[in-house]
Amino acid sequence: MSRGVRAVEWLVLVEYVRSPRPEGIYVRSIPQLATEMRTVKREMMSGNEALARGAYEAGVVLGTGYPGTPSTEILENLVRYKPEVYCEWSPNEKVAFEVAAGASVAGARSIVTMKHVGLNVAADPLMTLSYLGVVGGFVACVADDPGMHSSQNEQDTRRYASFAKVPIFEPSDSQEAKDFMLEAMGISEKFSTPVILRSTTRVSHSRSLVNLGERSLPERMIGLVKDPPRFVPIPVWGRPMRQRLDERLKGLKEASERSKANRIEWRDRSLGIITASIAYQYVRDAWPEASVLKLGFSNPFPDSMVVELTSGVDKVLVVEELDDIIEEHVKSLGIQCQGRSIVPGIGELSVDILLDSRAKYEGMEPVTPSVPEYCQGLPPRPPVLCPGCPHRGIFCALGKHDVVVTGDIGCYSLGAFKPLDRMDTILCMGAGISMAQGFQKAGEPKKVVGIVGDSTFFHSGITGLIDIAYNKGSSTIIVLDNRTTAMTGHQDHPGTGVTLMGEKTRALSIEDIGRACGIEMVFTISPYDLSTVKETLSQCLESGEPSLIVSRAPCPLKERRRVGEIREISHEKCKGCELCLKLACPAIEMDKDKPKINKILCGGCGLCEQICPAGAASAVGKTKGDKADA
Amino acid sequence: MRETQSVVLAGVGGQGILLASEILAKAAMAAGYDVKTNEVHGMAQRGGSVVAQVRFGAEVHSPLVARGTARVLGSLEQVEALRFWEYLAQNGLAVVNAQAVVPVTVSSGSAKYPEDVEARLRRAFSRLVYMNAAEEALKLGDIRAANTVLLGAISKGLDLPIDAWQEAIASSVKAKLVDLNIRAFELGMKFH
Ligand SMILES: Cc1ncc(C[n+]2csc(CCOP(=O)(O)OP(=O)(O)O)c2C)c(N)n1
Ligand code: SF4
Repeated sequence: MSRGVRAVEWLVLVEYVRSPRPEGIYVRSIPQLATEMRTVKREMMSGNEALARGAYEAGVVLGTGYPGTPSTEILENLVRYKPEVYCEWSPNEKVAFEVAAGASVAGARSIVTMKHVGLNVAADPLMTLSYLGVVGGFVACVADDPGMHSSQNEQDTRRYASFAKVPIFEPSDSQEAKDFMLEAMGISEKFSTPVILRSTTRVSHSRSLVNLGERSLPERMIGLVKDPPRFVPIPVWGRPMRQRLDERLKGLKEASERSKANRIEWRDRSLGIITASIAYQYVRDAWPEASVLKLGFSNPFPDSMVVELTSGVDKVLVVEELDDIIEEHVKSLGIQCQGRSIVPGIGELSVDILLDSRAKYEGMEPVTPSVPEYCQGLPPRPPVLCPGCPHRGIFCALGKHDVVVTGDIGCYSLGAFKPLDRMDTILCMGAGISMAQGFQKAGEPKKVVGIVGDSTFFHSGITGLIDIAYNKGSSTIIVLDNRTTAMTGHQDHPGTGVTLMGEKTRALSIEDIGRACGIEMVFTISPYDLSTVKETLSQCLESGEPSLIVSRAPCPLKERRRVGEIREISHEKCKGCELCLKLACPAIEMDKDKPKINKILCGGCGLCEQICPAGAASAVGKTKGDKADA
Repeated sequence: MRETQSVVLAGVGGQGILLASEILAKAAMAAGYDVKTNEVHGMAQRGGSVVAQVRFGAEVHSPLVARGTARVLGSLEQVEALRFWEYLAQNGLAVVNAQAVVPVTVSSGSAKYPEDVEARLRRAFSRLVYMNAAEEALKLGDIRAANTVLLGAISKGLDLPIDAWQEAIASSVKAKLVDLNIRAFELGMKFH
């Protein structure tokens, strides 16, 4: 250590040198590193920001994706590096995956981002890209959601890695998110393989300190190096690809056994814990004294490290979130261990849960404090449609019709809750349209209405609409066009006229697409005009023809504007029927015996005025176009 | 300081909890600590509960705070303070803004907002600062600084130097709002 270098700086340097470097991307000497170290910048970053930073430093020139919590901010941060990086929101994850795959085969380093269920949509290209292999590094960033904070299921992406026979990296904090992105890119190029980088809600949305590095680009030129036997998996070339895939896996196994992303922390030898991802951080708090094998590059498994740890400790415990993948593998090596019998496999883990597991492991009763009575009976605070939300008008009108509503995923999913209660099913994106056809063809006695959002329509609604037209269906499909992908934080999509790069572009017309799909009855309405909504609905339902209603009004939260004038309920005129409370509007509150409108919250949509039978709700005047605080 | 310090901040979507947690994290960073934070995203902006957790110390592992370990629980809404009571350590400091944000479950009549909320808070938290942060912020002319007032009161329960807080505020809010927020912070510090 040279004089003048403070101990902390030295620690940073050691950490910096130790942090994983992608093979072939960084070759630096220690003096070089030391100079760099002096200029190392540390920043607080979320896991998603760190993944974007890692992609930038790794020389990525193209990033694609489709929004989905908790993955969305990866691309939103990567696009800040434009024009060095081209980014796009693709219409769905399959397209996003294929665009990035094309770029990679052309020689460019690329990433694609999505939430866990997005990989189902992109599974087709994933399964065969692993046969083809890549040229420029290719990393699919997939974010899981243990505990289902904002998802319809909690599937475990690690299964896809073994299914598709590709390597997977699992960071446990922001620094690792950045470092593993760099290493994943290196592994991808060295072995010509797509790589999955799996995050989770807690990794993506926690913030911690990250050391920044420089961007480095490959020397390779962009351009196809023609080689059909390599890139065309027709059976005669596909079979050899399958052979090469197995060869590649052997190499990858050696790489994972050598990787700095996997490490053993030797401490007390009575217990050895094998863990990965965010669970590692919880383990360190719940079992500070235990020896730990921390997996960061977990497929193919670093078997030699598993053997090294397990043969050096008395007992072995596996701590993993979601599926029992590590446990199954350790047992398949003939090694005794405990896991799921101690640590829950449903929902997310936490230090608290692991402290309970530890108590159980040590044969003690977990201590769960009982909720004192003064903290009981609190009013729940579920998310609700914003004041002024355009979706509310459609649910309100649907309440007048005895129909089955096949719904979909977006802000409008909130229409499934009471008192709106106007959505009967949700399966996955796009199913709002296709399931309507299934109900109707099965002989559902009621008329069927399918509901999807605009972003969802472009994502996977169009093919369902084609099905209805082609197979002579008769459902009514409503597209709730709020001009944005609201649920995930207001991203643009093919209908908004703006790209992720911030450029103006053509805005695709949902009506034109509907007509081109073969739907003849196409209507455009405003969801704030309740009588027209009801009339149009009746006309469509009675026609016996397939129909498409585009309900168009921009999301007021995105626009940061009130829809119209603030309303007021006259205490004298109000008869106390409470019909307006059925709107589930956050601005309408009970004031002793009668409803009252909270002026700060009012979105000015005027629905209460239209449904009030006593004519008690009316506009106050002047505030049109004000900024809404909601 | 070897031991990791944990803070839980609660409130309702739109109240500025996430900015408050950012300022706290930056203050801890400016004081030379390792820092981790976690926040709930997604549905939060649709009026749901928001909770942010901040941990700092020599080396922080979990970004999530364990039950009964937070030195401070700060809440911009009363019921939300009760909702997250279990995070607070036995001798921890609770700072609660005396404000009720009525959830839709209450306005639609399916649930009740507890009328005895102050009494409940006093029973739940032995060290309680019950203040009107919004009113204090209004004195300075901007109700949005309520979250910084809250931070000022919270700072009493943590070992972070004042200049770290000031640096954190200066780098987190718009230039023209720095002075106002520093004054809001100082106002909050007066509450015990
Ligand atoms: C396959 C898949 N990808 C992404 C998501 C995440 N996601 C949930 S809803 C939604 C889109 C919502 O947009 P839109 O349909 O326009 O409805 P809005 O929220 O604007 O009302 C997205 C991207 C998902 N659930 N499934
Ligand atoms: S964000 Fe927009 S679309 Fe979503 S609930 Fe609020 S107003 Fe409606």
